Amino acid sequence: MPPATRPVIDIRALVKRYGHGDTEVHALRGVSLTVERGEYVAVMGASGSGKSTLMHILGLLDAPTSGTYRLDGTDVNGLDEGALGLVRNRRIGFVFQSFNLIPRTTAYANVELPLTYAGVKAPERRRRTAAALAQVGLSDRADHLPNQLSGGQQQRVAVARALVTSPALLLADEPTGNLDSRSTSDVLDLFDRLSDLGRTIVLITHEDDVAARASRVIRLRDGEILSDTKTGPEVTRGAA
Amino acid sequence: MGLRELLRFAAAGVIANKLRSSLTVLGVLIGVASVILLVGVGTASQQSVQESIESLGSGTLTVSASGGSGTRTEIAELDLGAVEAIDRSELTPDVAGVSPVVNGTATAVWQGAEYEIASVVGSDEDYLDASNYEVSEGTGILAEDVAEDRRVLVIGSTVAAELFGGDDALGQRVTLGAAVYTVVGVLAESDSGTGFSDANDIAVAPVGAVRDTLTGYGALSQILVQAADSDAVDAASAEVGAVLDDYYAVADGDTAPYQVQNASDLLETQEDTAETFTLLLGAVAAISLLVGGIGITNIMLVSVTERTREIGIRKALGAPRRVILTQFLAEATALSLIGGGLGVALAYLLSNFSFAGYETVIVPSSVGLALGVSVAIGLFFGGYPASRAAKLRPIDALRYE
Repeated sequence: MPPATRPVIDIRALVKRYGHGDTEVHALRGVSLTVERGEYVAVMGASGSGKSTLMHILGLLDAPTSGTYRLDGTDVNGLDEGALGLVRNRRIGFVFQSFNLIPRTTAYANVELPLTYAGVKAPERRRRTAAALAQVGLSDRADHLPNQLSGGQQQRVAVARALVTSPALLLADEPTGNLDSRSTSDVLDLFDRLSDLGRTIVLITHEDDVAARASRVIRLRDGEILSDTKTGPEVTRGAA
Repeated sequence: MGLRELLRFAAAGVIANKLRSSLTVLGVLIGVASVILLVGVGTASQQSVQESIESLGSGTLTVSASGGSGTRTEIAELDLGAVEAIDRSELTPDVAGVSPVVNGTATAVWQGAEYEIASVVGSDEDYLDASNYEVSEGTGILAEDVAEDRRVLVIGSTVAAELFGGDDALGQRVTLGAAVYTVVGVLAESDSGTGFSDANDIAVAPVGAVRDTLTGYGALSQILVQAADSDAVDAASAEVGAVLDDYYAVADGDTAPYQVQNASDLLETQEDTAETFTLLLGAVAAISLLVGGIGITNIMLVSVTERTREIGIRKALGAPRRVILTQFLAEATALSLIGGGLGVALAYLLSNFSFAGYETVIVPSSVGLALGVSVAIGLFFGGYPASRAAKLRPIDALRYE
């Protein structure tokens, strides 16, 4: 792993509250976390532990109540919606549990979409789209519609779409949650390869065997980090 | 994001739900087609009135009987004396000709074929000219025919077709009422009908003959006065009025028991009616276009709701608000533009048929207007759904099920 001068993710004392008064819910109660370039991090936790909220904030889909978030060196606090969209487009690749491909749109067009929004010119778009599809091994399915693909294939298309802009961060929210065991291992193998290629991956899951693939496992409970374990020498930050 | 991508997204959106898109398109199509067609029909009726005015000849005056007032309340009986008075008067330099007219209807019979002629006109040799008819075969009514009350007949093209079919009408002997007439001429087709009457459903004969055999020796229906030229119509009208006032001994201040009308006066009222008619048709059609527009809003709202999740995905992938807005606007505009285009095509297709006796006249400006309006409808009625889509927060949109 090359020494990273600036972490991909650098969050400090992140708090997220929903609602007001009696109905107030603390989803995150002060989470601090640094993810270096090239790390493969699994975030684990039971439902209600705040891992989805963390994922949404990391993905700039939601804003924290307080705390700071630097993504790839950029302070994203206080950016307006347009700027956030730009950062999402350039720096983050999303992989969702429910695939979230655009329906009635070919695999190729789905993968090309982020490039289109980024304003990449057509020949460059074609080259990069084809490369991304090849990387997930679906070059021969480029013209298929999502409903003509298996779950595993759809998720691989989604991974290609997440990769195509060469984002600093690959954010996967339970990417294998809707997949059978074979497709699960296909997709996880893909993540392994991407990690080997130096991609920074943050993956949210509640399955231990999925987390086992990662080089670092962070456990959340009640909106706080319970443990932060690197494979190899264990680093445990006790419950705060 | 280039225009091409935008159009591609819009096209994909339109194609994605074919049935729904086509129904929406149908709404706009009907609206646009009806605007163009109904305005076309209205314009056609206006034009036909205008043509009638032109074909009637602006130099023709019609004298007809009407109720007087004051000490004289009876209606003047137009007679040949009045015709002669105008004809002989030294005080009518602007009058070129004067013709008596009697009108009737009669059933014509020829070799077992029967046809009821809507208008049998008895007049003199000037009548055809004054009424802008042209003789296509044979001759018109000649002065000696009138002088000798010959039973000769000049028939309109409708009568020729109904009675003789393809046969040669000239020289044929036709029973009209109780008398036998010889057809001496056939008139060229005239398009001066007003939609309510067919100008070609006519037969013209010398006035004496018609009075002898059909109408009897009562009052004349009209007296037709030809002005020397179209600028002299007002002068001719005044001169005829003076002669007739004298002839009927109308006292000063009394209303004349007859009226002198310029032929175009008669049709001006009709033109006003046709204009109102056009306006009314246009309004009805505009309402259907409005309904089509509301259809677009409805369908786009459904589309936005249904695709909330898709919008969320697009936003998560970094689609700027402007792109989402333009995508849905482009989609709505595409729907309305397709509807508009097909509407124009349909209107052109249907304009080959006539409605209520009118050939439809496609007015280029109404085509442009309808197309422009349909684009505007797309933008206007698509605007609200599109801005709703653009305002969605990605997190909410992604959670939407």
